[in-house]
Amino acid sequence: MGRYVLRRILYAIPIAFGVSVVCFSLVYLAPGDPLQTVLPPDATAETIAIVKHAYGFDKPLPMQFLIWLGRVLTGDFGVSIATRRPVFLEVTDALSNTALLAMFAAPIAFLTGYVMGVVAGCFPGRWLDRVVTGAAVMGVSLPNYWLGIVLVIVFAVELMLLPATGMGPSGSTGFHIYEWSSAKFLVLPVATLAMIPIGILSRTTRAAVAEVRNQDFVQTLHAKGLSEWAVIRHVLKNSLPTVMAVMGLQFGYLIGGSILVETVFTWPGSGFLLSKAIINRDVPVLQGTILTLSLVFVTTNLVVDLLQSLIDPRIRRG
Amino acid sequence: MTDYSSVIPAKAGIQVDEASAMALDSCFRGGDDLIFEELAPPATRVRGYWQSVLYRLQHDSVTLVFAAIVLLIVLAALFAPLIAPFDPYKESIVGRLKPFGWRGHLLGTDELGRDVLSRLLYGGRVSLSMGVVPVLCATLIGGMLGVIAGFLGGRVNTAIMRTMDVFYAFPSVLLAVAIAGAMGGGIGNGMLALTMVFTPPMCRVAETATTQVRALDFIEAARASGASTAAIIRYHVLGNVLGPVFIYASSLVSVSILLASGLSFLGLGVRPPTPDWGLMLSTLRQSIYVVPLVCAIPGLAIFITSICCNLVSDGLRAAMDVRM
Repeated sequence: MGRYVLRRILYAIPIAFGVSVVCFSLVYLAPGDPLQTVLPPDATAETIAIVKHAYGFDKPLPMQFLIWLGRVLTGDFGVSIATRRPVFLEVTDALSNTALLAMFAAPIAFLTGYVMGVVAGCFPGRWLDRVVTGAAVMGVSLPNYWLGIVLVIVFAVELMLLPATGMGPSGSTGFHIYEWSSAKFLVLPVATLAMIPIGILSRTTRAAVAEVRNQDFVQTLHAKGLSEWAVIRHVLKNSLPTVMAVMGLQFGYLIGGSILVETVFTWPGSGFLLSKAIINRDVPVLQGTILTLSLVFVTTNLVVDLLQSLIDPRIRRG
Repeated sequence: MTDYSSVIPAKAGIQVDEASAMALDSCFRGGDDLIFEELAPPATRVRGYWQSVLYRLQHDSVTLVFAAIVLLIVLAALFAPLIAPFDPYKESIVGRLKPFGWRGHLLGTDELGRDVLSRLLYGGRVSLSMGVVPVLCATLIGGMLGVIAGFLGGRVNTAIMRTMDVFYAFPSVLLAVAIAGAMGGGIGNGMLALTMVFTPPMCRVAETATTQVRALDFIEAARASGASTAAIIRYHVLGNVLGPVFIYASSLVSVSILLASGLSFLGLGVRPPTPDWGLMLSTLRQSIYVVPLVCAIPGLAIFITSICCNLVSDGLRAAMDVRM
């Protein structure tokens, strides 16, 4: 067990390193000089040289990368070009808002998707299975940014029950989760965000349950006279590792892939910060947000793998 | 089970009945354990693998219906200049944001008075090609890398697959947005970003399939009889890898359409005034208080296309009996 955990953690380090390389090189994907946004168009050659030196752009690329990595490791992501605030603060503020959405969307999505998948997997080919499978395909094919707009049209424009966008008049500082006046801003984004994981999870759960039910040991359990419920308990336990892996992946997507939904609802989270950074060509924020989000994703996957090995001893041995 | 697979040459050209064709197939894919007796019964109906796939498809009415809808959407986009009732770029100051059916505008008009139906038809060209082109490119690049990694194994495999692992560490939406955003948007950059998103998973699918096939005895038999590496890959590996790769690619089309429209929605894909479903959704979003139904239309087009592509892909997977 200990060796597996150690190996898995050590394996995450080169991945994290690779991720930081990709984030660093993003700046150089951009056409033209990365300094273009900082410098006025009429800057003299002398000014350009000074600024280049100040930002370290006159050093060779590997040097620049190491310097950047060193700063990032100490939590220094630079300063936002648009707001002049430290990128670290911008990202952590935004990330907490994204996490707030994910904290509500994840349990709703996982529970609904899991129950739907189990029901469908236990009655393969019946009408219940067809309904669930159909709903799952719809969930997977849904453009969630469009779903968000449709929900806004129905609940905010037509019925006027819920607010359309934002986090309330005082933003994230005056946001109190226990008061309806704040919590009502959560309803639509959370519902939108939950839809895709519900589809994906019910699909995988159904497949996993159906597969386990076809294994020989299930027949043995039936043969030795176990009740239907006891057999289902065994089936569920054996399908759990697959389901958990997908849950972990989906949780990562809820955090890292929420940019579209956050843009629709102008929710001040990390995805919204990212799309603002792209529009303003705010490179430090762009790098910092993408790096943070992908590291969260890597960590989530690591935690899920470790949890999986706790449940399923086969993984540890393999 | 593998003892017998070496006796049988690669699946092309074998004429057996449907059941044994399937059995043979799962044999090559390293599927269920089979004994030789099951392959033996004499053929009453002569059918090869692809014929049996076709047979199963012909009897799968759901898949056929949705395939027909996909075809219809493609044709509508292709013949947009012939079908579209108005010029998709023609603006009108008096006819802005009108509801369904206003003066012959069947689906209303947008914020610049342009006909939504015509823009939808023309937009299908961009949206569909943004859905298909990146998948094709990723299939070529990823599939090639995967076969190389799987067949050569060892250090080459480690180098290729660990590089791919790095890209796995990004959620797909984030990676697409990051690359397209860093490069500054546009159709070409959007396609490039999506290609980079789809290449790693495609590579993994091809690598897994290749590794499985490579371990089977008939590859060794081919090598023993003097076949070159290129010939083995060409005749024995590709035939068995193409199935899973094709199925995976078909399932990516709907994802690609969703992501591409998402990029345009964020302003990172198609640039105005080119009609595109994601871009239309993004500009019409400002007008949900004026003409809510018209604003929902472009998204509906994305949704319907994506769901049909998904169902066709599911049907193909069932017909080709590929397990992922």
